[in-house]
Amino acid sequence: MEQQVFGMPKAMKPEQTLYCPGCGHGVAHRLVAELVDEFGLRDRAIGIAPVGCSVFADKYWNFDVISAAHGRAPAVATGMKRGRPDSFVICYQGDGDLAAIGTAETIHAANRGEHFVTIFVNNAIYGMTGGQMAPTTLIGQPSQTCQLGRDAAMMGHPIRVCELIKDLPGVAFAARGSVDTPKNVLTVKKHIKKGFQNSIDGKGWSLIEIVSPCPTNWGMTPRKALTWLRENMLEHYELGVFRDCDAGNGGGA
Amino acid sequence: MNNKIRCAGFGGQGIVLMGKLLAQAGMMEDKHTTFFPQYGAAMRGGTANCNVIVSDDDVASPMVETPDVILIMNGPSLDKFEPVVKSGGWIFYNTSLIDREVERDDVQVVKVPANEIADEVGSTRSANMVMLGAVAEKLGVVKVDTLIKALDVTLHGKGEKLMNLNREAMKRGAALAA
Amino acid sequence: MSDRVLMKGNEAIGEAAVQAGCQCYFGYPITPQNELTAYMSKRMIEEGRVFIQSESEIAAINMCFGAAAVGMRTMTSSSGPGISLKQEGISYMAGAELPMFFVNVMRGGPGLGNIAPSQADYFQCTRGGGHGDYRTVVYAPSDVQELYDYTFLGFDTADRYRIPTMIAADGILGQMMEPLVLTEYKQPTDLPSKQPWQLGDPSTQEPIWMTSVHLGEGKLEAHNLKLQKKHDLIEANEVRYEETMLDDAEIVIVAYGTSARVAKAAMLKAREAGIKVGMFRPITLWPFPNPQLNALADRIDNFLTVEMSLGQMIEDVRLATCGKARIHLHGRTAGGVPVEDDIVDQLKKILASKGDEIIRNF
Ligand SMILES: Cc1ncc(C[n+]2csc(CCOP(=O)(O)OP(=O)(O)O)c2C)c(N)n1
Ligand code: SF4
Ligand SMILES: [Mg+2]
Repeated sequence: MEQQVFGMPKAMKPEQTLYCPGCGHGVAHRLVAELVDEFGLRDRAIGIAPVGCSVFADKYWNFDVISAAHGRAPAVATGMKRGRPDSFVICYQGDGDLAAIGTAETIHAANRGEHFVTIFVNNAIYGMTGGQMAPTTLIGQPSQTCQLGRDAAMMGHPIRVCELIKDLPGVAFAARGSVDTPKNVLTVKKHIKKGFQNSIDGKGWSLIEIVSPCPTNWGMTPRKALTWLRENMLEHYELGVFRDCDAGNGGGA
Repeated sequence: MNNKIRCAGFGGQGIVLMGKLLAQAGMMEDKHTTFFPQYGAAMRGGTANCNVIVSDDDVASPMVETPDVILIMNGPSLDKFEPVVKSGGWIFYNTSLIDREVERDDVQVVKVPANEIADEVGSTRSANMVMLGAVAEKLGVVKVDTLIKALDVTLHGKGEKLMNLNREAMKRGAALAA
Repeated sequence: MSDRVLMKGNEAIGEAAVQAGCQCYFGYPITPQNELTAYMSKRMIEEGRVFIQSESEIAAINMCFGAAAVGMRTMTSSSGPGISLKQEGISYMAGAELPMFFVNVMRGGPGLGNIAPSQADYFQCTRGGGHGDYRTVVYAPSDVQELYDYTFLGFDTADRYRIPTMIAADGILGQMMEPLVLTEYKQPTDLPSKQPWQLGDPSTQEPIWMTSVHLGEGKLEAHNLKLQKKHDLIEANEVRYEETMLDDAEIVIVAYGTSARVAKAAMLKAREAGIKVGMFRPITLWPFPNPQLNALADRIDNFLTVEMSLGQMIEDVRLATCGKARIHLHGRTAGGVPVEDDIVDQLKKILASKGDEIIRNF
């Protein structure tokens, strides 16, 4: 799991996570916590835990956390941010939560340019419920509910969320990273940092998608899962910045 | 009657399979049976357990409140379930992974070096089968032969090599308990 | 007995649905009913029928709305949180008089609650759950064979009355395996034809407007009274229940589903201890067996309802017995399952008590 180089962030509780070996959620939690510390936001940060394997994010984050209904985190975030504009709201969601049941909430929060950050952990599967097809499951990838592999004609195509929302005017920042190598982890951290800054500056909604392994439901060892991620997921889910309001390609609200 | 059985161990030891095989064999012997696994959220790697009832009579409640027999594959499961076995009941436990004695003196204990025997057979993963063979032989809940037949149904489609190892492991477990 | 197969409750429902000619299944994953959706994803496609894992429960129920409207045998399934989302669609389907069969494998609530077995959606199941003046028929099987058998009946009753019907199961029933006889489905010959109302049927002459909106003065009231006639008919014809050891009983346990299994074991234990206890098991939760319980209350002074909720079905037992008897409660919640000895103890306490005292276990 993640290496402890400079000690535990204050925004992280000294708990060992219950995630499976090789899961990407732990790294994503840690990056968020490090940045909450770096920006000195712990007193006004509110994390939103989704319905998914990270439903217990409150066990690990050492700041306020609320658990939303499945897919509704962006609406909950909107309510909190509008009600208490000086709060700092971090919406944390899986692919089922964000891109299936919560699609409407996501798109409308983006469209309104709500001033919060969304961390989107894309592991191409429903982790918590035991490996059903996600909206991001790759063509041909098997799951509990597409045992012969996802078939586009019957089940549609794997959704690229960054590409889908990047042109909505309320979006300040949209980027996709991966946690498969230390270098990529650092890039993800840079993206999240950008999102945090946008939120503080009131520039609109920021989305950081993290392509992440789920060895358990992919039926692979942690090592094999990383190789599979690189060879398959990164083919479909291109890494990069899709929207950056400061880079002259619009955005903000 | 020794017909309420709990199987327990860590995820990956084939605990649920043990329960299913007992229930399948019970059904094949025209008995009444129910099987109920503990089910959980995705977080893996923890302990697993399941309950099976095999009975000549109708099974009213599928719940096993006080097991007559527990089949214990790892240490934490022994700690957890030793206190709940019925007085006069049976504890079968995997001495390959548990190096303590059973503390209760009102139960009967059968020590099964399940992993060691499975290793000798050539498949560590068949330790659960060793345990099943032992309990079938010792208590006659179902016959060892029926369990072996149940394998063909429950593991239908698995390679013949694995099936042979499983059969062998069951027989070795039975021989141990005979 | 040898033509039996060992099957998980969730899968037994799935296989029964396939046998009963379910043409369209729409669902969304949720524990503890995942095996049902997974089973359908495989079997429906094998049979060349429609399976979609929808993007949400709201989508799933509205896919059901569409498929039922064009005359398909239609099904969905979920657990509490998902059924809550489906209530809007169920209300619309009840209003539009569309047949549909659905399953709630109940877990602990409220909210995200937990995934442990529960019967806490009793109110939601039996009071409609969604908005408006409507009913759904609710079957409460208590073993794997009944899950299979009542799935057949669920589809038939839905078609017979053009009404949503459901199975109220729980995590134990969904997850457990029991021997099952895969009886053959025989469609009743007297089911009404869907031809007069189904949409998109080229043989229909006049355009059909299918709706649950009735705005003109008195229109909705007239429509709801028509629905009510149907509900009356269902109450007269479709009540199901099981009675055990009532002949000499001095006290009666009322329980359904998994609770009834545990209660039955407790009853047998109590009998061994000399307590004259019987059991009444509602199999339809709506229509509730009101007349039967009412008649029983003429000679029984004490009833004990055993449920995996904190006093939901007990309200129906009270209503049914019209104050003629004392109604006691043994309730467990959020994964708590009644324990045989606790029930026996409570029976003893009740029989030793006097006056109007109502005894509950918590
Ligand atoms: C309304 C509702 N429907 C379904 C569920 C069941 N459920 C829990 S987590 C989950 C999907 C989780 O997948 P994802 O969002 O990809 O998160 P992951 O576990 O993969 O991180 C589902 C469908 C629920 N809790 N509530
Ligand atoms: S199931 Fe997948 S997403 Fe969930 S904790 Fe395990 S590896 Fe992570
Ligand atoms: Mg996921």
